[in-house]
Amino acid sequence: MAFFQAKSTSATSKHSVDPAHQPWVEKYRPKTIDDVSAQEHTIAVLRKTLVSTNLPHMLFYGPPGTGKTSTILALARQLFGPDNFRNRVLELNASDERGISIVREKIKSFARQTPRAQAVASDGNVYPCPPYKIIILDEADSMTQDAQGALRRIMETYARITRFCLVCNYVTRIIEPLASRCSKFRFTPLDSTSTSSRLSHIASAEHIDVSPEVISTLIETSGGDLRRSITYLQSASRLSSSTNPPVPITPHDIQEIAGVVPTAVINDFAKTLGVSVVEDMDVDDLPTNWKLKGFNAVQKKVKGIMREGYSASQTLSQLHDTIILHPTLPARQKAKCALAFAEADKALCDGADEELWVLEVGLRIHKAVTTS
Amino acid sequence: MSLWVDKFRPKTLDDLHYHQSLSIRLKSLAASADFPHMLFYGPSGAGKKTRISCTLRQLFGSGVEKLKIDQRVFISPSKRKLEINVVQSNFHIEITPSEAGNYDRVVIQDLLKEIAQTQQVDLNAKHRFKVVVINEADSLSRDAQAALRRTMEKYMSNMRIILCANSTSKLIAPIKSRCLLMRVAAPNPEEMQIVLEHVAKKLKFDLPEEASQQIAEDSGGNMRKALLVFEALKMQSPDLSGSLTIAKPDWEIYCHKVADLIVQEQSPARVLEVRAKLYELLAHCIPPTIILKTVAERVVERVDEAMKADVMHWAAFYETRMRLGNKKIYHLEAWVVKVMSLYKHFMYNFDMADFE
Repeated sequence: MAFFQAKSTSATSKHSVDPAHQPWVEKYRPKTIDDVSAQEHTIAVLRKTLVSTNLPHMLFYGPPGTGKTSTILALARQLFGPDNFRNRVLELNASDERGISIVREKIKSFARQTPRAQAVASDGNVYPCPPYKIIILDEADSMTQDAQGALRRIMETYARITRFCLVCNYVTRIIEPLASRCSKFRFTPLDSTSTSSRLSHIASAEHIDVSPEVISTLIETSGGDLRRSITYLQSASRLSSSTNPPVPITPHDIQEIAGVVPTAVINDFAKTLGVSVVEDMDVDDLPTNWKLKGFNAVQKKVKGIMREGYSASQTLSQLHDTIILHPTLPARQKAKCALAFAEADKALCDGADEELWVLEVGLRIHKAVTTS
Repeated sequence: MSLWVDKFRPKTLDDLHYHQSLSIRLKSLAASADFPHMLFYGPSGAGKKTRISCTLRQLFGSGVEKLKIDQRVFISPSKRKLEINVVQSNFHIEITPSEAGNYDRVVIQDLLKEIAQTQQVDLNAKHRFKVVVINEADSLSRDAQAALRRTMEKYMSNMRIILCANSTSKLIAPIKSRCLLMRVAAPNPEEMQIVLEHVAKKLKFDLPEEASQQIAEDSGGNMRKALLVFEALKMQSPDLSGSLTIAKPDWEIYCHKVADLIVQEQSPARVLEVRAKLYELLAHCIPPTIILKTVAERVVERVDEAMKADVMHWAAFYETRMRLGNKKIYHLEAWVVKVMSLYKHFMYNFDMADFE
């Protein structure tokens, strides 16, 4: 496979890390843009720029783990080759100070440098090495408005010798003048086929056994985030290989690693709230059960869940799936529940108390379901 | 003489009494060469910190117990000096970045980069990396969390991060996806009783079954609280027999008093009275969320079933507002007034219905 050949000429020699101890996310980061999973449209456009070696300013946006950083790094590597990479590419991310002063000094001074002459590639390959530099601003949505404002003029003035690539999750956090100077590329969450092919590729490269169920659980828990599923896979394989003798990875392991609340707990909670769960269809005796206890039952259940240490947002999102996808619940009740979930999510984002809000959601669902 | 909580804190993973599967898992991870970044989460008093220190010991041996406390000074972009206490050994470093408030990002950036860029010099060390333990990770600001993202990937060769948090809700997804999640659930009453008996055995006295049961139930899954209560009880009555009354903390009694006041009478005068009491509580540094929760729980116990949901709804509502707002007392008071009016309305309607 092309991937393997690329790896043997690996350019990761900068850090002398034993590849066995590297996170797989780094180890299997695509080396060329053809290796990038999915995102066909973006890749097709970028491949053309490789041929013409002309690059616009770019803005990559999309949810985490869809390959934004990987794409730009791979593209830069293909354009410049490992030897020129160092002095032609400036990568800044949120772990670097990126206030307005840095934009004015560091970025500006790098942007105004005339690119140095191309060094002869040591590995014998020929790289296009166009006469400009690339500045990658990773996680650009965490830059302040002022810092972004300061970039505006810099981008235009030095456009001849410097290209910018902004990478962010939320395109709305990038100020309009910056966004309009860039050609935008949207990265979509990965579909399950490309995720699964990538995962099985890594699994076979690492010589671990994964069953199709495990792969499907990985895809389910990660929701289109390839990095997350790779990390989970690595953690699971660590756990399974460190026990003696090595045990195969089970879907349950993946769920535990992903911090997913077990389905049984959610179903139990839903039942307490008066929502019949699909497994048992005899709804008849349920109402008497909860009506006896009502509020106290819900409160006790919530306390139990909190004691088990499950995270509120995870619990709520799973409960949400249970209720919204419920086969028999009337739409009106579902709508009421959805409202409760939305409000709780906002409150949790604002940092409100978890127990209170899980309880609140529980009570509202209880009310919505019982008073129809 | 140290407290029992500290004295009998398990030192190694083998000493831990509950969550055996977790201990086995941690042990095997520590033995394998590639130790991941980790995120421990669970309610307070469940044993997160204990597990972290045990894991560190398993990783590096007894060297991690030689701790020294340093005070580090960081300079914020606006040239303000921030002083942060840092606990470190040769192999790990422990920080609580939330001490720096809004400037926690600076601490994370400076300190982590510094550690990440220095390699382990001790050739006898078992592992090449250093471990950074970040306490109260859920109170890290968004900026600080964003600053962690690339650092965690880039400097994996020199450093591992262990985050310790009460809940994962406030952590951004990219951080969670880079860590191995370790859920530390609160121990159930039976497990707590085992621990209490273990302590009693070490101190060579008998612990009556009822006493341990009572302590375990009262502490609500908080092992630290259970041990503290246990020690206090032992001080009060050395033989631990007969009916024990576990003294509730003063603030809790006070909160209950407030709740009773609300339920007894609903009038402007009563609001003033409650307000004074709330101020008193706030002045004693009881976190407003805890006040609200304790009072609400007590009120709920004493009102009619039909009202309970509403009381909790407004508690949740005003608690959120309290987080967003600045002045805590306004929101506490607003909730009190709301509950009073609800109660009055409820009673009024009820009476009318009765007359008809």
